[in-house]
Amino acid sequence: MKVAIASYGAGNVRSVELALRKLGAEPRLVHEPEPLLAADLAVLPGVGSAASAMAGLRERGLDEALRERAGAERPILGICLGLQLALEETEEDGGVAGLGLVPGRAVRLRAGRVPRIGWAPVDPSGEAYWFAHSYACETPAATATSEGIAAVVESDSFLGVQFHPEKSGAAGLRFLERMCLSRA
Amino acid sequence: MPLPRLIPCLDVAAGRVVKGVRFQGLRDVGDPVELGAAYSDAGADELVFLDVSATLEARGSAVEVAARVAEEVSIPFTVGGGIRSVEDATAVLEAGADKVSVNSAALARPELIGELAEVLGTQAVVVAIDTEAGRVRSHSATRDAERDTVAWARECEERGAGELLVTSIDRDGTREGYDVELLARLRDSVSLPVIASGGAGSAAHVAAALDVAQAALLASILHENPARLVSLRDELRALGVALRDAA
Repeated sequence: MKVAIASYGAGNVRSVELALRKLGAEPRLVHEPEPLLAADLAVLPGVGSAASAMAGLRERGLDEALRERAGAERPILGICLGLQLALEETEEDGGVAGLGLVPGRAVRLRAGRVPRIGWAPVDPSGEAYWFAHSYACETPAATATSEGIAAVVESDSFLGVQFHPEKSGAAGLRFLERMCLSRA
Repeated sequence: MPLPRLIPCLDVAAGRVVKGVRFQGLRDVGDPVELGAAYSDAGADELVFLDVSATLEARGSAVEVAARVAEEVSIPFTVGGGIRSVEDATAVLEAGADKVSVNSAALARPELIGELAEVLGTQAVVVAIDTEAGRVRSHSATRDAERDTVAWARECEERGAGELLVTSIDRDGTREGYDVELLARLRDSVSLPVIASGGAGSAAHVAAALDVAQAALLASILHENPARLVSLRDELRALGVALRDAA
């Protein structure tokens, strides 16, 4: 399976690539719209802060490509900030408009230690995955939660995860296999 | 709150894991990838690789170590030591690390913290604070940084740090227990996660640190022995610490 990983700024996207390769997929970092549209699965990883990330997507025309993919109901996986960018807006950086692929907005975490970093169980499965975030999704499309926070978001062909499956050991790889590769 | 974290720390020089007392007399104790993978299998929640190379030439290897570790280990890891710029940090993250840790460079130029947070996201920026008697130390703890530890912790948070890695130099290597009093003051002063470091000698010490901090850095208590991490996790569970089921 050909997987296009949107590359649009500085951050650890190599771990996403390595995890997908371990699972037998053919991942590739892409910087332009065409290969993102052509792939079987597109991955929107989260890198940097919301404003710099949206600017990075726009500069490369990847924002329109992602909307086009969603419009054609082709699979997209958003990870962490990549999930939050898919919403209509985020509070981060004084308010940034998102891609609008999924209803809802990202709001700053107000309880507990922020950033929320570490392994936390996700309900209903109870499996723990690794999180690292300061904002969380308020969306009707959440299908799994962690301590009341949206952990998995599903809307048509878009699947978003607040945690990092690529950094969540064997549990993360199982999640990617089950939720992405076997469905795309 | 996420589960408390156990974070083995590996000192690396010229691409090898080394062991030494206070950065003196380093001796080779293994390969960072092999040891990192073994700790991951033993239930580590994250890993920290600290480059303690004495020279800039040897430090170039930190990026290479990050790249090799990322291929074999699928839990989060932090790389620290010698990171002085956004470019240095970006190279380490693009190689596959999840966070960078900065120490003396942030003390010399505190704006660096905000610059890193803007480009990499706040969650990727760990500020390491070496502290002794409530004061910050710099340059591998050899110099007085002329700052109060709690005040510097607050400033790091304001500038965009995502976590604080707080090492009590007066406890480091003593096995007398973490400086729980300082950790409690930090808990009440900042809202960031705090990683406790320095002084672990027993499971009870680690449990006491995890009562007031979100994570415990494990160095000499493990003796570069992943099997010790397995037994430590069992002992912590018996003390009532809720650890992740790492199966």
